[in-house]
Formats: sequence, C-alpha cells, structure tokens
Amino acid sequence: MKPRFPEHTRSRRLRSLVGAGAMVATAALVLTGCSSGGGSSAGGSKLTIEDYYTATYNPNYNVCAKKVGATLTINHVAGAGLIAKVLQQASSRTLPDVLMLDNPDVQQIASSGALSPLSDYGLSADGDVPAVKAANTYKGKLYGLQPVTNSIALYYNKKLLQDAGVTPPKTWDELRAAAKKLTTGKTYGFAMSNINTYEGTWQFLPFLWSNGGDEKNIDSTEATQALSFVNDLQSDGSLSKSSINWAQADVNTQFIAGKAAMMINGPWQLPTLNAAKGLEFDSVPIPTRTGSAPVAPLGGEAFTVPQTKNAATMKLAGKFVGCLNAAKMQTVIAKNTGNVPTNITASEAWGKTHPQVSSFVTTVQTARARTGELGPDWPKAATKIYTAVQLALTGKASPADALKQAQSQNQ
Amino acid sequence: MSVSVQTRVRPETALTPIRPGQRRARMMLGMTRWLFVTPAVVFVAVFFGYPVVKNVIMSFQDYTTKTFFTGEAPWVGFANYAATFGSAVFATSVVNTALFTAGSIIMQFVIGLGLALFFRRNFPLSGFLRGLLLLPWLLPLIASSAVWKWLLDQDSGALNQFLGIFGVPAIPWLVSPSLALVAVIGVNIWLGIPFNTTILYSGLQSVPPELYEAASLDGATGWKAFWNITWPSIRSVVSVVIVLGVVYTLKVVDIILGLTGGGPANSTQTLATNAYHQSFINFQFGIGAAVSNVLILVSFVFAMIYLAISRKAVDE
Repeated sequence: MKPRFPEHTRSRRLRSLVGAGAMVATAALVLTGCSSGGGSSAGGSKLTIEDYYTATYNPNYNVCAKKVGATLTINHVAGAGLIAKVLQQASSRTLPDVLMLDNPDVQQIASSGALSPLSDYGLSADGDVPAVKAANTYKGKLYGLQPVTNSIALYYNKKLLQDAGVTPPKTWDELRAAAKKLTTGKTYGFAMSNINTYEGTWQFLPFLWSNGGDEKNIDSTEATQALSFVNDLQSDGSLSKSSINWAQADVNTQFIAGKAAMMINGPWQLPTLNAAKGLEFDSVPIPTRTGSAPVAPLGGEAFTVPQTKNAATMKLAGKFVGCLNAAKMQTVIAKNTGNVPTNITASEAWGKTHPQVSSFVTTVQTARARTGELGPDWPKAATKIYTAVQLALTGKASPADALKQAQSQNQ
Repeated sequence: MSVSVQTRVRPETALTPIRPGQRRARMMLGMTRWLFVTPAVVFVAVFFGYPVVKNVIMSFQDYTTKTFFTGEAPWVGFANYAATFGSAVFATSVVNTALFTAGSIIMQFVIGLGLALFFRRNFPLSGFLRGLLLLPWLLPLIASSAVWKWLLDQDSGALNQFLGIFGVPAIPWLVSPSLALVAVIGVNIWLGIPFNTTILYSGLQSVPPELYEAASLDGATGWKAFWNITWPSIRSVVSVVIVLGVVYTLKVVDIILGLTGGGPANSTQTLATNAYHQSFINFQFGIGAAVSNVLILVSFVFAMIYLAISRKAVDE
C-alpha cells in the first residue's frame, strides 16, 4: 500500500532512527558507567531499586528520591522469582543499589556477605518494634529496615456473628465454641491456611508461639496442644478439610463468599475486603489458650543496601533507605499499602486513626520475627512445621506423632 | 592386489606435483567434516555437558546462598547423599516417582493407542477432532494445572458438582493423601494423551492397507488383525513412545507443584519436586543436586534403552 502521508512515514522512520541512536548511546553510557567503577559525579545521583511490589509502590519511592536527590531506576520482580534473581545477581556482582527483601530472607542473604551493615550509614532501628530489629539483625549488625510491617489477626463476619449471638472469641475454648456454633449449611465457622508452604507455617505460628511452643523443638507438649487445637477445629467440622490446600488468598475468598464466618488473615487483604459488597467485617487479635496477648509472626519487607563496591552510591542508597524508614514516611507508606508503621509511637497513633488495622497494631507490638531464633536455619524449621500440620490434618498421624515425625526427619 | 599396493604406496610417492593437492583436498575434507560436527559438539558440551558435570560436583559441596556471593563451596564428600538417602521424604519420593511414571505411561499409552486406532477410521470431523485433541498439549502446563486445581476442588470444584448430580458425595481429590497422587496422575495422563495419540497415529499411517486386505481374505479381522498386523508393524514406534514418555514423566515438576505442591503431607512428592524443594526453598543446593543426580541416573538408563531401540529400528 502506498503511504498516504509520506512526511509522516519519514518522520516515523527518522524517529525510530533517533530512538535506535539513543539506545546505542545509553548502552555506551551504561558500559562506561560500569567500567569507571567509582564514578562519583555521574553515578552518585542514580539509584537502582529492586523489589517484588507493583507500580503502586512507586510514589513512595519518588518522595524519598526527591528528598535525597536521586534519579531512580525501579525494577519490580515477580515475588517468587526475587531470591533466585538476587542469588544470580550476587554471583555476577550486579546487585541493585537498594534491595527489598521479605524479612525472613534478610539474614539468609546477609549471611552470604552480599549486604552492607546499615550502621555504616548511621542508621538504626531504634524506636521500631523490637521484632523488626531482630528480624533484620544478623550477628549483631543491622542489615535491613522495614518502614511498615504486618501480622495476622482473626477477621470475623459481623452479621453472621450477630445472627448466631456470638461475640468475638479471646480464648481457644471460646474460638472452638464460636466456630462450632457458626458452622451451618455451606458455611464453616472458621478458616485458615494450612497449605504446605511457608504460608501454612506462618498461619500456624500464632497458635504455636502463643502457647509457649518453640521452633527449635516442635516435639513438645506446647506444640502438641496447639496442633491438637487446630485438628479439633477440623474434626468438629468447623474448619474445612480443604484448608490444607488453601493459600491465604483462598482463605480470603472463602470469607468474602460467606463460606467462612471467621478467618485468620493479614491487613494486606483489607483493600479486597473493603471492595466486597455488603460484607461487614472486623478483626481481633488471634485468640490464645489462656486469653493472654498473642505471639504472632512479624511480616513485611525490609530495605537493604547491597555491597556494590561503589562507596558513593552505597552512601546515597543508605540515605534513601533512611528516608523510607523515617516515622513520617512510614505513615505515608502505611496508608498506601494497608500495613502498620514499625515505629512504636507512629503505629500507636496509626491504630487510633485507622480502626481497621488496630488489631494488627496490637499484634505487631508483641510479634516475633521468624528468623529471630534460628537465623538462616529458619527455612528447615518452617518446612518441619507445615509438614507436621499436614500430617495431622490429613489424618496420617496424631498431632503428637506428627510433630515427633516432623521434628526427627531431615527435610 | 595392485589396488591395495597402490593405496599403501600413495603417501610415499606423494612427491609428484598432483599428489600434494590431493592430500590437501583430503585433509580439507576431513576438516570440513569436523567443522560440521563442531557446532553440535560445542552445543552439547556447553549446554548439556557443563550443567551435568557442574551438578555432579555441586552434589559433593556445601553449596548455599553464601556460595553465590563468595564463590566458596567447601567439599563435603558424600554428606549430601547421606542426607538425601537418610531423609524420610526420599523414600516416599522414590515410590511416588515410580507410581507416577508407571501410572501415567501405561494409561497415556492405552488411551493414546485407542484414540489413534479410532481416528484411523474415516468419519466426518475426524481431522477437526484430532486437531482439538492436541489442545492439552498446546496449553502452558502451569495454566493447565491451575485450571485442574479449580476443577478438582473438594467444595466448589466442577468435577464434584457434576458427580453430585448423581448423588456422589464430595470426593477430596487433592485433599486426601491417598487420593492426591491418583488425581495428579490423572491430570498428567490427560496431558500426555495428545503426544501418544499423535505419534502412534503417524505410526499407524505407515502400515500398508494391503496387508489388511490380504489378511481379511485369510479371515483375520478385528483383534486378530490388530495382533498379527498392526501391533508388529508399530512395535518400534511403541517402544520409542514409551521410553520418551518415561524420560518426560520422570522430570515432571510443574504439574505437581501447580496442583498440590508435593502435598498434602508429602503424598505427591517425587524426586523432581524434592530436588526443587531442597534447592530453591530450603536453599540447600548441594542436597538438591544430589537428589537430581539420582534422577539423572535413572533417566540415563532409559535414554540408553531409547538409543538401543532407535538403532535397532534403523537397522531393521
């Protein structure tokens, strides 16, 4: 076909030529940038960031970029692929300037020597929730800062509880009784994720920890009581047998569909829950055996500064991470993500103005880091825990035997 | 006699003007031959040889996340193999791998052959339906497994809803440890049917129809014709389909990870998913390598069988 607007085609061709030229120029710039190594004047104001968030997080970055005077290259990676990518980048020495990590992975990566201690940039986690500091400290040094954090709590369907005349439970006995009463027809009283991944472990931890159980040895009375409790909920018929296949998102779907009257889940579900039409819900801290304060696992992502051999850029990256973690910035990020600020005073104020996250604010104060005790050995313990839960809930072993088996087997 | 003497003499009498050229030409021919082989050799060495050797070495090292940054991977001898063979999951994985492979291969083959025989008859829409049959093959595995996960859901899955019409109570397909492996094998069979049907169908095409005509005159039809003509004619295709199927099935991870993640309670854990888990979830790359070496060894045995069969097929 004859071009109807020759000028247009020419200009387009010209533009593509210019584009190609620009690409070559950029490539050249990148190449020289790499070889010059310590380029403080040109490279000093540029930062690369890698995370597994989406573009909705970019505004948070931009605020701090403006503040520290940096131009950003933001790289969002799919969640499951981040660690593989980080390991690959570590071996090829191409780590980003600022790296986001899920908090249980921080010690694992820090142990490899790929991260720089944040004290080098005058940063500390003072004023933040103690567990946040613990999760991001490896061998006495702080490697990550978490502007926001989260945990899990017990959501309940207001209408269903009201109709059944049930008040939100505080103890295991109350939870069991409530769940039984709320189980009618196609609705289960209670839902949680017991899947064979770290999500399952994360959901079981409040029961294990609050009861005094410990990940170092799960073959204990406290752990048996916790696992028996979950198992009882299932044998009562209050918890669907499918829970061993549910991820937390599936649990949320069940709750929204009215197929579960209560569920364990995190504040990151709030946007989805609020979008569900006609759903009235609220949340309370997860019940414990005696009604004491729960010990739940601490969630959220940390920002770290990898060893990139470029002192000037690393310093700027440190400044950037410091900005993200500033108390004021924490509340901005909390608002954008539905999470809880890690600064104790900021989070308390936040809980008062945002009633939907107040139960999470309470939980976070006493939350525990998953890697706090075992550090880089946590993955093995986490596997043992979900294996025990699965063995018990599938009826392959009694709760006591399941824990014994899981503890003794080398996963 | 004179010929043999001449050939033997040729190099010594290579001083005559034409001879060096001939020799060069021969050398060139030899070099050209090698030049043609070189890309294949380099390709195999880089993309198959290196990873396999690396994997074997890795299985004798304490290869962790630290190794990626520092490059240090201390030698640990057979510790990774000891850990592998000593774990309770390994025994389960071996049994499951055997059941998964045998179950998948047998059913894929039987159904595949049945469909191939069925489609050999000419009937309206046969070509269209045969094309439609390829659909499972064309879908990304992770998409298929996600869809099957919904279909097999105990409470709201389509399969149980359908069975419910006939009064069948909800079956815990992916929830019961004793049923999950059956369900996973079922999905894998569904995925493998197109491959079997296609290869076997093309094998059937090569059987000359005259044989059947002649046989029918002798009174051999139906099963008799199948056992005396069809089966012997496609036997080499059958062995190739089965051996390739075994090698493909041994290494399946995506379907199992997508459907059950190896659960519930490790009931669908195979050697392949176990290796994946050790390496990429527990970050124990040495143990992961040890497990996958076991798998490589098993696959290697079948690859040898495949080579032997295909050589025999060529000789025939």
